Amino acid sequence: MGLSDYFELWREMMLSRDPGVADSVTWWQEFFVRFYQAFLEGDRWQQYLRGVGVTLLVTAMALAIGVVLGIVVAMVRTAHDQQRPGRRNPLLGVVNLLCKVYVTVIRGTPMMVQIMIMGMVIFSSSRNYTMVGALTLGINSGAYVAEIIRGGLMSLDVGQSEAGRSLGLGYLDTMRFIVIPQAFKAILPSLGNEFIILLKDTSLISIIGGQELVYFAENIVNRTFEAMFPLVGSACIYLVLVLIFTWLQGKLERRLRQSDRR
Amino acid sequence: MIDVKHLSKSFGDHLVLDDLSEHISPGEKVVIIGPSGSGKSTFLRCLNLLETPSSGSITFDGTVLTDPKVNIDQVRRKMGMVFQHFNLFPNMTVLRNITLAPVRTGLMDRNEAQAEAEKLLRRVGLLDKANAYPAQLSGGQKQRIAIVRAMAMRPKVMLFDEPTSALDPEMVGEVLEVMRELAQEGMTMVVVTHEMGFAREVGTRVLFMDGGRILEQDEPHAFFAHPKQPRTIEFLSKVL
Repeated sequence: MGLSDYFELWREMMLSRDPGVADSVTWWQEFFVRFYQAFLEGDRWQQYLRGVGVTLLVTAMALAIGVVLGIVVAMVRTAHDQQRPGRRNPLLGVVNLLCKVYVTVIRGTPMMVQIMIMGMVIFSSSRNYTMVGALTLGINSGAYVAEIIRGGLMSLDVGQSEAGRSLGLGYLDTMRFIVIPQAFKAILPSLGNEFIILLKDTSLISIIGGQELVYFAENIVNRTFEAMFPLVGSACIYLVLVLIFTWLQGKLERRLRQSDRR
Repeated sequence: MIDVKHLSKSFGDHLVLDDLSEHISPGEKVVIIGPSGSGKSTFLRCLNLLETPSSGSITFDGTVLTDPKVNIDQVRRKMGMVFQHFNLFPNMTVLRNITLAPVRTGLMDRNEAQAEAEKLLRRVGLLDKANAYPAQLSGGQKQRIAIVRAMAMRPKVMLFDEPTSALDPEMVGEVLEVMRELAQEGMTMVVVTHEMGFAREVGTRVLFMDGGRILEQDEPHAFFAHPKQPRTIEFLSKVL
């Protein structure tokens, strides 16, 4: 007998109207049936796999959008704050104000509400829920990344950029070769943290129909009337993903710490 | 070479430099001394516009730095600066610290810059540290590298902002030695320092600052032997 035969047999027994038969099913047989139902019946594991693929894709897209937005906003805000008194650029002032509004609104409203507004109000006619979700997550992440980057730029000793400028390097060269590499090293732990949060928050886009891991897990729950295995299973998948990325981040940090050796 | 006219600088309500005028000629080694808070560092930092003057004008080699249209990066390439806390770039090797600016500003190509850096490093006895990172160096070594880094741009004037104040006493000598050699080669130098021995030996002129003004100045031997102002006498009696 193959696994599927045991599954059929024991499920019959569990559903039997005869109390004697139903009670004769042991706990591990029941465990097997539910596990089989959640992951193997009808090759359901493929749906989880598809969900993981979409989750990673959405994370990557949101991360790309978030990092680009974050860098732009952080650059605008630090450039604005670093202007010499008396030589303020009015255009930069306006852009800085827009950036401030963006960060305030995004950080001041729940992610769930943002996703619902994007999916059901702004892009209510779009059928591509997954992409709308990725875009929302990216915009949301950008505000947090901007603050992380701004913190990193501010944490750096002002003497570093003064040294660069005193050698005749321009603002952009000083940023590119001196400030940003050092700031990047300093913010990597916070950035990793933001990345992990982003990875897990992709699960929220399922409420507007984004087809990622939780979306499929929920479908399976509705199909099988059994919640524990699909949900605990997805939790484990998220945990494994996070562990992998934490490990990768640790490796990157060790590489960047090369210049710290004494 | 550097002409300062009616320079004032205030941070908020606090007036740090008070209508200061001074001229520095090529080849001079001007040493600025004075109590902390007297504005001597601010004065030095105004010379390459790390601080923006509140009023007054600064002219360097015929260029009016305080003109808003001036390309300050161009001017700074000709003015080396050495900081109290070295400010080496910790994310780069010593060699890259030195070659970054000459290469990026187009002053030299990579090979030229490297040869120049090695020549300068050999002179200060640190050629073996070319591939080390700043974190692996002692304070005295860092400051000598910082001087080399500024020198690699072939500046016309070198500004020193308390270059030995953050050093262990036993490392002060090696840094002053490098500065002394630089002075002998004829480099124009403006040095803010508390090293009175250095001021006396290397300086061609000593300025005493207090309260944002230059209270007194003279050739070093006369300055230390016969200070005139009561404030100068008081200061020297405490530090000598």
